[in-house]
Amino acid sequence: MAYILAGETGDWEVVVGLEVHAQVMSNAKLFSGSPTAFGAEPNTQVSLVDAAMPGMLPVINAVCVEQAVRTGLGLQAQINLHSVFERKNYFYADLPQGYQISQYLHPVVGEGTVILDMPDGEAREIGIERLHMEQDAGKSMHDQDPKRSFIDLNRAGVCLMEIVSKPDLRSPEEAGIYVRKIRSILRYLGTCDGNMEQGSMRADVNVSVRHPGETEYRTRAEIKNVNSVRFIMQAIEVEAARQVEVWEDGGEVVQETRLFDANRGETRSMRVKEFAHDYRYFPDPDLLPLDLDQSFVDEVAKALPELPDAKKDRFVADNGLSAYDAGVLVADRETAEYFEAVATGRDAKQAVNWLTTNLFGALNAASLGISESPIRAEHLGELLDLLADGTISSRIAKDVFEEMFATSKGAEEIVEAKGLKQITDTGAIEAAVDEAIAANPDQADEVRAGNGKAIGWFVGQVMKTTGGKANPQAVNQMLRDKLGG
Amino acid sequence: MGKLNDLTITQARDGLAAGDFSAVELTDDCITAMEAARDLNIFITETPDIARDRAAQSDARRAKGEVVGAMDGVPIAMKDLFCTDGTLTTAASHILDGFTPPYESTVSQNLRDAGAVMLGKTNLDEFAMGSANMTSYYGPVKNPWVGANGEDLVPGGSSGGSVSAVAAHVCPGATGTDTGGSIRQPASLCGVVGLKPTYGRCSRWGIVAFASSLDQAGPFARTVLDSAIMLGAMAGHDPKDSTSAPVAVPDFEAAITGDIKGLKVGIPKEYTLDGMPSEIQDLWDRGAAWLTEQGAEIKPVSLPHTKYALPAYYIVAPAEASSNLARYDGVRYGLRVDGDSLDEMYENTRGEGFGAEVRRRVMIGAYVLSAGYYDAYYVKAQQVRTIILDEFNQVFQDVDVLLTPTAPNAAFPIGAKMDDPVAMYLNDVFTVPANMAGLPAISVPSGLDSDGLPLGLQIVAKPFDEETMFRAADVLERAAEFSALPKYLGGQ
Repeated sequence: MAYILAGETGDWEVVVGLEVHAQVMSNAKLFSGSPTAFGAEPNTQVSLVDAAMPGMLPVINAVCVEQAVRTGLGLQAQINLHSVFERKNYFYADLPQGYQISQYLHPVVGEGTVILDMPDGEAREIGIERLHMEQDAGKSMHDQDPKRSFIDLNRAGVCLMEIVSKPDLRSPEEAGIYVRKIRSILRYLGTCDGNMEQGSMRADVNVSVRHPGETEYRTRAEIKNVNSVRFIMQAIEVEAARQVEVWEDGGEVVQETRLFDANRGETRSMRVKEFAHDYRYFPDPDLLPLDLDQSFVDEVAKALPELPDAKKDRFVADNGLSAYDAGVLVADRETAEYFEAVATGRDAKQAVNWLTTNLFGALNAASLGISESPIRAEHLGELLDLLADGTISSRIAKDVFEEMFATSKGAEEIVEAKGLKQITDTGAIEAAVDEAIAANPDQADEVRAGNGKAIGWFVGQVMKTTGGKANPQAVNQMLRDKLGG
Repeated sequence: MGKLNDLTITQARDGLAAGDFSAVELTDDCITAMEAARDLNIFITETPDIARDRAAQSDARRAKGEVVGAMDGVPIAMKDLFCTDGTLTTAASHILDGFTPPYESTVSQNLRDAGAVMLGKTNLDEFAMGSANMTSYYGPVKNPWVGANGEDLVPGGSSGGSVSAVAAHVCPGATGTDTGGSIRQPASLCGVVGLKPTYGRCSRWGIVAFASSLDQAGPFARTVLDSAIMLGAMAGHDPKDSTSAPVAVPDFEAAITGDIKGLKVGIPKEYTLDGMPSEIQDLWDRGAAWLTEQGAEIKPVSLPHTKYALPAYYIVAPAEASSNLARYDGVRYGLRVDGDSLDEMYENTRGEGFGAEVRRRVMIGAYVLSAGYYDAYYVKAQQVRTIILDEFNQVFQDVDVLLTPTAPNAAFPIGAKMDDPVAMYLNDVFTVPANMAGLPAISVPSGLDSDGLPLGLQIVAKPFDEETMFRAADVLERAAEFSALPKYLGGQ
């Protein structure tokens, strides 16, 4: 479904490319041994190298390299065995070296592909241009003192991957799905935790507009540092509308860096032209080029986990799930693992139903993620087993589920403790049925006279007297036998 | 006893081993000499207390039979470009005012571990940028040799303090760094031995960076043997420096055999410059003749792109420097000159903190890296560098070492060449190619000019073949029989 902005001079489409900055999961920084944990006291995770003390030298962290390669493989991308770290030179108070070490002309990862599952069931293929490693800067805090700015270097030198898409995205919605898909892949790979609210993932959004059918791209604006999926989508929406207005007013969109102001719902120009940066990139002479062995790449490839696309295909093929259900389950690695733990050896469709309707609903209501679920996967499995072997009825199962959610106890434990086992003993059922018939002779006559509906009423009576524990099918059958209905 | 400061490293080592004197006695004489030489402006920071303390520790070790290395108890001077734990480190720049590192450079730590005793931190050109020690924030260093008319001369640069310390017999050895000749050129101008090892032989960790792809630490000493011993104590692979080579350090002293029979010595014809004093050409010829007499085979060779080495160097080195010096921004350490905005604070700090030559090179470097000029300058210079390296590799198929003059002139008066940066840069015309190619090279004092000033000859060797370099240099040294003393020591 095309995203079209109707203008006075005709229709416009939006062209979007994203640069996703993802913080690499590693214990140490890209070029120093400092820890990377989020939330530490300011300037407690800073080494001599991070603070750019005189004479300090960077040494590449092999773990970060492996993570970048792993991510590249997960994006089905070309791994460049030869890559080069360069210096991007600019002055800022939270950039201690006066340059950022980044990969420029020779990134470690080249072109790749990401598949987007659109809500209409279509699959969209989005090209990856490249992935490179770079250092993060520190943090400037301008709100701590009326006159001075404070600098926290904890983040300085942390390894980021910049994942650059081709300008293949055509709507805010696609951009949102793209970012979620990238986040999902990175989480599967264990290369980035994807926590946008903690800043582990953020995006620069390149937006331009053009009339459908135009083959050239028009000038784009880059919206820097957008830190949530919702803001990315909003920023594209308002920026595209702004650009359409500029063009239609006879103006010209200028290539510039803009800032998205979520409160005011607008983008603003960030820098005036005199400050346009010349980063004076050149290969960092403190570091040798990064030369990898193919055998190393092969080892990393061998150890890759199953990724969402493959998992989805498997869920459809092996478990008979719909593409939609499978897509919902695999979007999040933990959800997929939870599902697999519940579904293995059981009815997969029933497992999906319990997950999507009951568990997700309860979790949403309690604002919990799947990893915080009070019901463990094996307990939910127990519940399904109790249902399957007739130990409990589905009505009881719902009660047990609620109890499990409230107490984190296992299904068997609850059923046992509360005596909720379904009555399958025909003697006990027969006694209840006889009692019901004896107590309601008029209704019994109606059934005998051929009123089928009255059977249902009797079933309800028996269930009531047995506290819901009687097997409804058995009750039904017995009533028919006795009343000939 | 007196005048122990006149001893060489080898003599000091042997005397200490024989118990002729203690490290404290040796150090005390050097401290006395250091104080007496203050007029030469050799030291930015004197560290006599550290020296006495370490000398006492050395004596204590020796008493227990626990000598840790060849340099145990030997006083040395430390170029103030090496970060020293707890001791002011300035790089001779105003911008590092008050900077006392909480860490020790790998090379100075290696020397400490080998028992060497640090006397103090020596003066240098600001951030090692200069060939006359004239750009130091702490003022010029005087050469212990004086001009024909008694005028004060420059010691060369950038390691001007270290070379003068060794030439004036303040101590037997000193550390230097050599980016384009900053050890070998001053060694030539002051009549001492100075060498730059292969790039990657010594760790750069903890050395204030000038141009990362060119910087190498090396020793000054009064003899080739001494310099071999001292390099052995400085060198070694360091995982903290990615460009440090993971190769073992050979026994350099053992490589000095006195035998160069069959050694092939190349004489690159491009090292003959128009307008070079004839006495330098004569000395060069004499050097070749000495080596021939000792059994070496002299071969004329050609390095046709040599003339582009210096211009290419003056693109690559400032480019790296402009980026390396970006960290001196007034934010975290050293000088800060406040301003009304961050940019103004940068401008004030860097404008006041850096001297004229450093500012010039930072601007040249930023220029050659800037958009639109990068390909024409930086990329081209790197291509030249590759060609120079290829030519050396080619020539080293045929010869074992090269023999050249170290510098195109002897020491010149303080204040000369100051109005013409290019004339100053030409001092390094013979030393720069070895930096561009990463080769080991040594300057050996080989004669005097008509004013009685020392001149050096340079031996350049293959990468990581310092052993052959030392072997040839030792033979050259013996043949030259250089024994003249500077005016400061009663010579001339």
